[in-house]
Amino acid sequence: MHMADALLSPAVGGAMCAVSAGTIAYCSRKVRQELDDKKVPLMGVLGAFLFAAQMINFTIPATGSSGHIGGGMLLTILLGPYAAFLTIASVLVVQSLFFADGGLLALGCNIFNMGFFPAFLAYPFIYKKMVGNNPNQTRLTLAIMVSAIVCLQLGPFGVVLETVLSGVSSLPFSTFVLLMQPIHLAIGAVEGLVTVAVVTFVFKARPEILQGALEAGPTGSRPVRTVVVAFLVAALFIGGIVSLFASKNPDGLEWAIAKVTGKEELEASKQGLHGVLADLQQKTAFLPDYSFRKQPEPKKSETVPVQKDEAGKVGTSAAGLVGTMIVLALAFLSGLVLKKRK
Amino acid sequence: MSHHIVEVKNLRHVYSDGTVALKDASFRITHGESVGIIGANGAGKSTLLLHLNGYLEPTSGNIRIGDIPLSKGTLPDIRRTVGMVFQDPDDQLFMPTVFDDVAFGPFNLGMAVADVEQRVTEVLELVGANHLRDKPPYNLSGGEKKRVAIATVLSMSPDILVMDEPTNGLDPFARRQLMALIRDFKHTRIFTSHDLDMVLELCERVIVLHEGEVWADGPTLEIFNNEKLLAECRLEKPLSMQGCPICGSGRLAGSAIPCPKSYASSGFDS
Amino acid sequence: MDSINKAVLDLKRLDLLANNDSSIHRLDARAKVLVTCVFIICIVSYGRYELAALFPFFIFPAVIIALADLPPLFIARKIALLCPFVLVVGMFNPVFDREVLLHLGSFAVSGGWVSFASIVVRSILTVGAAFILVGVTGFTAVCQALERLGMPQVFAVQLLFLYRYIFVLTEEAGRASRARELRACGKKGLGIRSFSSLIGHLLLRTWQRAERIHMAMLARGFTGAFHAHRQSHFGKSELMFVLGWSTLFIFLRLQNASQLLGKLVTGLFP
Repeated sequence: MHMADALLSPAVGGAMCAVSAGTIAYCSRKVRQELDDKKVPLMGVLGAFLFAAQMINFTIPATGSSGHIGGGMLLTILLGPYAAFLTIASVLVVQSLFFADGGLLALGCNIFNMGFFPAFLAYPFIYKKMVGNNPNQTRLTLAIMVSAIVCLQLGPFGVVLETVLSGVSSLPFSTFVLLMQPIHLAIGAVEGLVTVAVVTFVFKARPEILQGALEAGPTGSRPVRTVVVAFLVAALFIGGIVSLFASKNPDGLEWAIAKVTGKEELEASKQGLHGVLADLQQKTAFLPDYSFRKQPEPKKSETVPVQKDEAGKVGTSAAGLVGTMIVLALAFLSGLVLKKRK
Repeated sequence: MSHHIVEVKNLRHVYSDGTVALKDASFRITHGESVGIIGANGAGKSTLLLHLNGYLEPTSGNIRIGDIPLSKGTLPDIRRTVGMVFQDPDDQLFMPTVFDDVAFGPFNLGMAVADVEQRVTEVLELVGANHLRDKPPYNLSGGEKKRVAIATVLSMSPDILVMDEPTNGLDPFARRQLMALIRDFKHTRIFTSHDLDMVLELCERVIVLHEGEVWADGPTLEIFNNEKLLAECRLEKPLSMQGCPICGSGRLAGSAIPCPKSYASSGFDS
Repeated sequence: MDSINKAVLDLKRLDLLANNDSSIHRLDARAKVLVTCVFIICIVSYGRYELAALFPFFIFPAVIIALADLPPLFIARKIALLCPFVLVVGMFNPVFDREVLLHLGSFAVSGGWVSFASIVVRSILTVGAAFILVGVTGFTAVCQALERLGMPQVFAVQLLFLYRYIFVLTEEAGRASRARELRACGKKGLGIRSFSSLIGHLLLRTWQRAERIHMAMLARGFTGAFHAHRQSHFGKSELMFVLGWSTLFIFLRLQNASQLLGKLVTGLFP
């Protein structure tokens, strides 16, 4: 459920990038303050571990299909919230660069969806509360199951919100929610089971790892609470701006450009370059008696509908199609020429 | 300077899970010696090495490196003096490029950028790896990794070089290269190994560990000729000291002349 | 496990591309990061029914691939494995958005199909841009560029460590997973139980590795700070690169080049 650039609007993508960057900066400061230089290599190799672990599949019980671990909750339990958030974020960066999981702008969304909920909601408010100070098997199992399911409900809900707010997809909010949430209830349960099994394994083999993580976590819940409150406020604020954008200006950058250039509508630029080129066309439309003209016009462009006001910007005339072909050919040709020249 | 003396007295180490890794180990290694520490798996070799640069704290007993007793306050000095090469070079090479890795130590010592550059180049040339300087460590072969790992330690100009299983996992050629490199190092050398032929070639002295105690400590040839001792400690003579498996004749330690019969009967010419 | 090995090989191949030497590779990483950002923002800023206007942007990947001598088929193959989530979500557009938007001859095309096509083209462009950035810059340099553009050092170090050990750990995971598969007769034994103990073991070994790396760092005087020095400078060619491409992107964003060219040509042959 990686969010992707292709489904994002710049406003939503940018806002989420800002939120994630802010959280990364905050966590970096926290980790540096902890002054535990053991954590430097530990975070690094555990990130690599998560990356590798996500490549190993297991058979999902009762379905026969295979799945892999998400690992957000696992890392948070092992590393505590700040280090875990950074580690999860780093894994997502590598995935976006090397495996095209999402894309670069969507990184903000992905880091938030997959890192924030386990580290700053499930861990302090569910896991720690339920496990208490001396973990035993029952408490651990319950705490992890609940945390995993909650994380895997909130994360996909984030994806839904981001997608719907961006408006590239036509999926209505309600349908999308109904599609995503039940599936992720099942995925969350499986993730919980696997996480319980792995944590139990570690707990039996090296109990001091879990104990250490419990102690190393945020001491009081106050700093975490501050973070959560700060983020809720930020989210509301950003949400407000985004919805403003979404309602008045479906296209954020265009709106911004119009503001900057002082033009009411970008169509106005037709008088500029468009106009010049149109003139040029008329002048260069030589050979008026050329035989092509006598042929019936197979796909001349007067059929563009005007029911949608976006349709005006669509660029869907035959001219558009022909131009597209030429542009593509030109792009690849230029590549070829450059390559040959070397 | 008596910096290069390593003195271990009644060293005992018990891990937190109750395993007694070292019972009572004492020895003294003086400047310029080349000492092999051998023993079966679990004899306490690695635990002993980890004490030498203060990564592990003794449960009891003490360690002196030169004039400095090992304690929390002297750790930076000790770690500068004792260069430690780990068994798995992947643990030692953690920076993005070979250059960064070799420069890591000198930068931590507070050297200036220009000096670091010069030092790195010198050391990489010494181990024959200067052409690898901009490569990331994961693109190196096993032998290259090992040489770079040694360079990362040499770049801090240690007085004592400590190595854990230096020839482990190397092909014969890389092993030869590495042995030549170790032989050229001027200062004190201490290493653990199961490669007894290497110990035979490089060390004049051997310390045998057995179940956490120093079982024997003496000149290499003397120890390798004591078959009873070796058997007790789950060891055996280096292959080059054993009789030829084909003709049964013995050969001299360190001699490179193979048994002539081994060619005749090996079937290569049929 | 075949898929792991394949993924690792792919990763290594992409990683090695950054070792090429070309005018693009030699540019400061910051310039390439900035241009990629502008590119992606321009792409995603189009409205959902915009399709033709996206095509001129193919000039960027085409030119960079050519100048930097990247293998186009490899990049294309990687892009072809488009994030399935995007396609699934995109496929709903034709279902929900049936309003006819244009006619191709007698063919009525709904807005849903146009926006679906737009999503696919966006994916190709944005995902391709990410691959190209890594291919011409290398992960390490991207991290360092980001650090110089303001990313916290802790996170930069984290990225570098992660990247270094991905190669070690994916191989380890691949071996473990292969062993499990070879003993899982007829798909039994690949369930959660064996998975979690495999992952558990892997995790514990990873933890021990972290401890050994920490040891190696301490042995070389690590005190918590990373000293990186890198000479790179943002010179005239970088400035030209950033300004040139950004201007082109913004021009393309404001003027539908496909439309313009098309008009010109259809105007020529009306």
